Amino acid sequence: MNMATKVETAVEESIDDVPLYEARRKIYPIAVHGTFRRIKWTLLIVTLGIYYLLPFVRWDRGPNAPSQAVLVDLANGRFYFFFIEIWPQEIYYVTGLLILAALVLFLMNAVAGRVWCGYLCPQTVWTDLFQAIERMVEGDPRQRREKLKNASRGQRAFEAAAKHFLWLMVAWWTGGAWVLYFADAPTLVWQLFTGTAPLVAYAWIGILTFTTYVLAGHMREQVCTYMCPWPRIQAALTDEYAFNVTYRYDRGEPRGSLKKTEALKREGLPAGDCVDCRQCVAACPTGVDIRLGAQLACVQCGLCIDACDTVMAKVGRPAGLIAYDTEMNVERRQQGLPPVTKVLRARTVLYAGLILLVGGIMVASLATRGSEGVAVIHDRNPLFVQLSDGAIRNAYTLRIVNKQPQPRRFAIAVDGVPEARLEIAGGISQAENGQPVVEVGPDQTYELRVLVSTHAKLPAEASLPVTFRITDVAGGETSSAPDHFKGP
Amino acid sequence: MADTNAHGAHKHDVDAVSGVATTGHEWDGIRELNNPLPRWWLWTFYACIVWAVIYWIVYPAWPLVTGYTSGVLGWKSREAIQVQLADLRTQRAAFADKLQAASLEEIEASPELLAFARAQGRAAFGDNCAPCHGAGAAGSRGYPNLNDDDWLWGGSLEQVQQTILHGIRSTDADAHVGDMPAFGRDAMLQRPEIVAAADYVRSLSGLPVPQGVTPDLAKGKDVFEANCAACHGPDGKGNPELGAPNLTDGIWLYGSSRDNVIASVTNGRAGIMPAWAGRLDPTTIKALTVYVHALGGGR
Ligand code: SF4
Ligand code: SF4
Repeated sequence: MNMATKVETAVEESIDDVPLYEARRKIYPIAVHGTFRRIKWTLLIVTLGIYYLLPFVRWDRGPNAPSQAVLVDLANGRFYFFFIEIWPQEIYYVTGLLILAALVLFLMNAVAGRVWCGYLCPQTVWTDLFQAIERMVEGDPRQRREKLKNASRGQRAFEAAAKHFLWLMVAWWTGGAWVLYFADAPTLVWQLFTGTAPLVAYAWIGILTFTTYVLAGHMREQVCTYMCPWPRIQAALTDEYAFNVTYRYDRGEPRGSLKKTEALKREGLPAGDCVDCRQCVAACPTGVDIRLGAQLACVQCGLCIDACDTVMAKVGRPAGLIAYDTEMNVERRQQGLPPVTKVLRARTVLYAGLILLVGGIMVASLATRGSEGVAVIHDRNPLFVQLSDGAIRNAYTLRIVNKQPQPRRFAIAVDGVPEARLEIAGGISQAENGQPVVEVGPDQTYELRVLVSTHAKLPAEASLPVTFRITDVAGGETSSAPDHFKGP
Repeated sequence: MADTNAHGAHKHDVDAVSGVATTGHEWDGIRELNNPLPRWWLWTFYACIVWAVIYWIVYPAWPLVTGYTSGVLGWKSREAIQVQLADLRTQRAAFADKLQAASLEEIEASPELLAFARAQGRAAFGDNCAPCHGAGAAGSRGYPNLNDDDWLWGGSLEQVQQTILHGIRSTDADAHVGDMPAFGRDAMLQRPEIVAAADYVRSLSGLPVPQGVTPDLAKGKDVFEANCAACHGPDGKGNPELGAPNLTDGIWLYGSSRDNVIASVTNGRAGIMPAWAGRLDPTTIKALTVYVHALGGGR
């Protein structure tokens, strides 16, 4: 009577039958045409285009900084992203970015299922590209089966070689683009072709060529089904209002061939819209039968929707037997209720709120961070020395950071020590207005030893809080760092 | 044929529960299943054996009575470290050459060279000087604190370098020499004279007089002027030429208590610092000089 229970039993039985170790079935999906395929092609071109070409985008930062828009400069410890420059001590921005990425993933999932898996994940995108190449060279699954019977050994070997060659070329290009993010791209390309690039560049290209070739060419859906943690997490994040690729069994069952179902319908007997042509299964890149319900291996790429819609158009039935739908709506339709859409739910609001909060904090701190900084370390041994005239002196190491692309001069001062005398070890400072001044080069960190002494009588067991302050002589920007002054 | 299974064992050897062949071994009715090793594991194991055999052919491997098998590559860890050290020298050459060419003053005035010299000097200090002067150069009784502004043999860059090169009362011909005589032990002064001199010296820097002591400052002054002023100066301000410390300041290498000062006058003091010329190369000594000088700003 109830279609849902029937389907559920079928799923349970099939789970019982699954052995603990499942031998790999090779999957050769058929080509499909339709809305989701077009969206996937577009996203593939956009994402791969960004990945392959972004290193060549230039961004002028003046004469003392690299002019590559996106660059991870490991040697100098800098990360450049257009107008943003991140220093190693600001790694928390990367943490923030990761938190943001996770939250966006949660939100996408709460709204429309595994959008990431189906359309954007590199594993999916590259697998899709590799499968397209495979179909281009060896033909679709039907042609393949025919060739297996009829074509000559030589032709099959040639086609296999061509396929693997093309795969390796894509894989090699993928690895090649990766290393371009770590050095000036045009220079590195030239070096790579003239054989003068650093060894580590070749090594990384080799490693990534290998991983791309293996992951996208050979392992494919196995990565999603067995290796990736996301499907497991995703299952815990979805709910009855989330849009997922859904087979509307309320409309499709009982399934049967076109002839049979038409005959049943004429007699007024129950007959579903599914003609059991198995095109949805043939189109699926992970080999899933979506008609069994939502399942772990389904990456929700929507290709079965296109496949089924094509069939439905041919047999003159309405499209959307497989569609983005919510669990709630399937149930409501069965009860004869109109479908509801509820995007504003506790979890979506919460995720969106958190995204705004984390993003806001990051933008605010990026916008207000200074372009200079100072850090101070007190000498540990000795903590203080007594001078010949009885004064007490503490030594500190000051690290001054200049994040601007031009040299700057900073005046150094200390607050909190009565009658303080401040000296810089070595002959590297000039005195201006009674304050020592040092020059810090463009985009550099500068370390100096600072001696602070006082004749003042210090309280017993003194540990006075002090503040070191640097001030840009020209611009007046200041930055400060706290420490202590110790006495006997 | 029908009663053999995939493992080639006879049917009666197959365990009924698991369906796996047994090895035929039995202990009190417990039989051992014959689950072969996974293929990949076995091949990894064989590869390790092959690797080991190749390793002992090409690398030093087996100990012998008086030596060891040296391997066909002739690799030696000592040579490897020498190559690495040579590499390090080449890497540092750019800076090391500049350091060698620059004068001490030039080094201190250039931020780049100062940073390099201080880094190299800190390492050399830790290796060579820290046993006496301490890791942070804070010194201890008899070993001067190099962070303060009191320099027995002078605190200019040249004077510090001179001290490091030739040492103090060392075996080096150019070493600093200068003796604080043992006035008491060698019977040059009587005990009351020594006590009076000590009290006088302590009064120069205003050190507190211990309870129950009435110093005879006039007598002490006489003794001081007759015996001590030659080196320490008539006003007791010391003389870095002779390593004679300033007795009017707040820094006392051997302690400032009355007993300490009496002991110093009675037995004399002659701390020794080794000469480093010949033991450390000139560039390292330069770096060390700059490092020590920049510790307390020198004088
Ligand atoms: S079942 Fe459909 S949506 Fe899921 S992976 Fe297969 S084709 Fe994509
Ligand atoms: S493609 Fe559509 S009609 Fe064909 S088997 Fe799948 S669900 Fe049924």
